[in-house]
Parts: sequence; structure tokens; C-alpha cells
Amino acid sequence: MTEIWLAVILVGAASMAIKAAGPVVVGGRQLPERAMLLIAALAPALLAAFVVTNTFGSGRSLVLDERAIGLAAAAICVWCKAPLLVSIIAAASATAIARAM
Amino acid sequence: MNGRAGPSTPVPSEGFAAGVRASLPLCIALVAFGASFGVLARANGFGVAAPIVMSLTTFTGASQFAVVSILGGGGGLGAAVVAAVLLASRYGPIGLSVAPAITGSIPERFAQSQLVIDESWAVANRGDGTVNRGTLMGAGVALYVAWQVGTVIGVVGGDFLGNPEKLGLDAAFPALFLGLLAPRLKSREALAAAIGGAAIAFVLVPFSRAGIPVVAASSACLAGWWRRK
Repeated sequence: MTEIWLAVILVGAASMAIKAAGPVVVGGRQLPERAMLLIAALAPALLAAFVVTNTFGSGRSLVLDERAIGLAAAAICVWCKAPLLVSIIAAASATAIARAM
Repeated sequence: MNGRAGPSTPVPSEGFAAGVRASLPLCIALVAFGASFGVLARANGFGVAAPIVMSLTTFTGASQFAVVSILGGGGGLGAAVVAAVLLASRYGPIGLSVAPAITGSIPERFAQSQLVIDESWAVANRGDGTVNRGTLMGAGVALYVAWQVGTVIGVVGGDFLGNPEKLGLDAAFPALFLGLLAPRLKSREALAAAIGGAAIAFVLVPFSRAGIPVVAASSACLAGWWRRK
């Protein structure tokens, strides 16, 4: 019980501090142009990494499972310029159908 | 994402309401995953209050699942906290990137920063490195509420929603991130950063603790810097 609450408090405090660090320290200020160039490229770098870890990551291993079918469905939707909602629904449906089979 | 926009020229609308609207499909997934977090936490002896307090304060699913499964598996406090902090460390660079948009007094900035998670950040990101504060907050509030509702349902009501993975809801997240990534790949810098980020994540997943691949992938943004120098 104590260990659980200690974990809840420590992890809660740490993640709140990590999330707050940037906005509290430099919030509302315009960053230098150099930094903005880096930050502009942060979005594609992180989004691509999220796609990889959320599709192929499973603990400490890479796996090819039904999520990849969902991603393929989403990719087709993106290619056809379908709205984001459509591609999210298509991905979930394709993965659910593949798992049910 | 925006029902009124024409098929050829999607106009990204901004502001609090647009953020809420854009995040609604993800809210469904977050309720389901929040519920599975609640169920898992109870099954691992966390009781009722601890999972709810954790969702209210930590509000980052991956870290929460890590703590519950490590402590539940007898992994020890240190291992659980380290894993959770590594998983949350991506919010360092993400927080810095949204900082210019987050204004107000220090307590106000602190409160707003807690609503910045992967999904709200991704929805509000304009593609040039800036975010719309209204969109960020709208998405953040909606996702926060969804996560709390899900957690309470899971802790109190058990898993009557069923396994969210059976419904394919885990595939909603990569689909969101892909959908937000694709329109950004117009410049060579963005393309280089995306390829670099994906490659780093691919290579590191088998060799590093969870959380490290994504933090390391953020270094691929250097691609944008080097090319312009």
C-alpha cells in the first residue's frame, strides 16, 4: 500500500514537473529563430517516432501484428485525402476485423 | 476533422471548440484505455483512490500503465518510477516547443502545461513549430476529462467496455499521428526529420527501455537545423 502511494506521488510529481518545465521557465516568450527551426522539425520527427512505436512497438521488441493492418488502412485514407476522423475509424475497424478473424 | 471543409481544401480551424472537436474520436479511445488502466490497477491491488489520483496528476497513459504493471509484477518502486519518468521525458522537448504559446502567470502556465499530452500537442501543432493555444487547451481539456471518466469507469465498474484492443482502438493512435504527419512532409527538412525520427525509433525499440526511443527520436529535428545553416 505504501509503495503504491509512494509511486503515485513520485510519478505524479515527476511528470507534472517535466510537463511544466518548458512552459513555466520560458512560457510566453518568443524563442530565437534558430530554436524555432529546430522546433518546427520536432513535430515530424516525433510524429514519425510515435507512428513507429505505437504500431510496431511491444515492450522491448518490434512486432508485426494487426495494428500494422490498421496503419495500412489509415495510410490509404491519408493518400486519398480522407478526413482525419475517417482514417482513425478505418484503422480501428481494420485492426478489429483482423483480430476477429 | 472539420466537417464543413471542402474535400479539396481542408481549412484547419483553430480555437478551443476546434480542439475539442478534433480530439473527440480520440476521447472515445481514451475512455476505453482509461477504463483498462483502472481495471489493471485494481487487479494489481491499487485500490480505488490511487488509480484515480494517478490519472488526475500524472495524466500520461504510458507512464501509468508502466507503474501498474511493474509494481504489480513485483518489479519494485525504483524500477517503476524510472520507467515512468523515462516514458514521460518526451514532454521535456514537447513542453519547450509549446512554451511560446503558453502565456500568463506562473501558476496559469503551470496549469496549462498539464494539458499538453501527445494527442493535444499533435492536434494543435500548425506545422511550422507553433501551436494554437486555444486548440491545444480545447483538445487537452477534452482528453483530460475522457481519461478521468475512463479511469473511474474502470476502477469502479470493471471492464464492461471489453478489451479496447478487441475494438482496434489501439490502432487509433498511430492513425492519428500518421494523419497529422503526412501533410507536414512538404519540405525536405520535415521529410528528413520524419525519416530520421522513425529510423531512430525503429533501431532503439529492441535495445532500450521504453520511452527512450521517442526521446532519442526528437534529436532528428537537428536535420532541419543543419540543412538551413
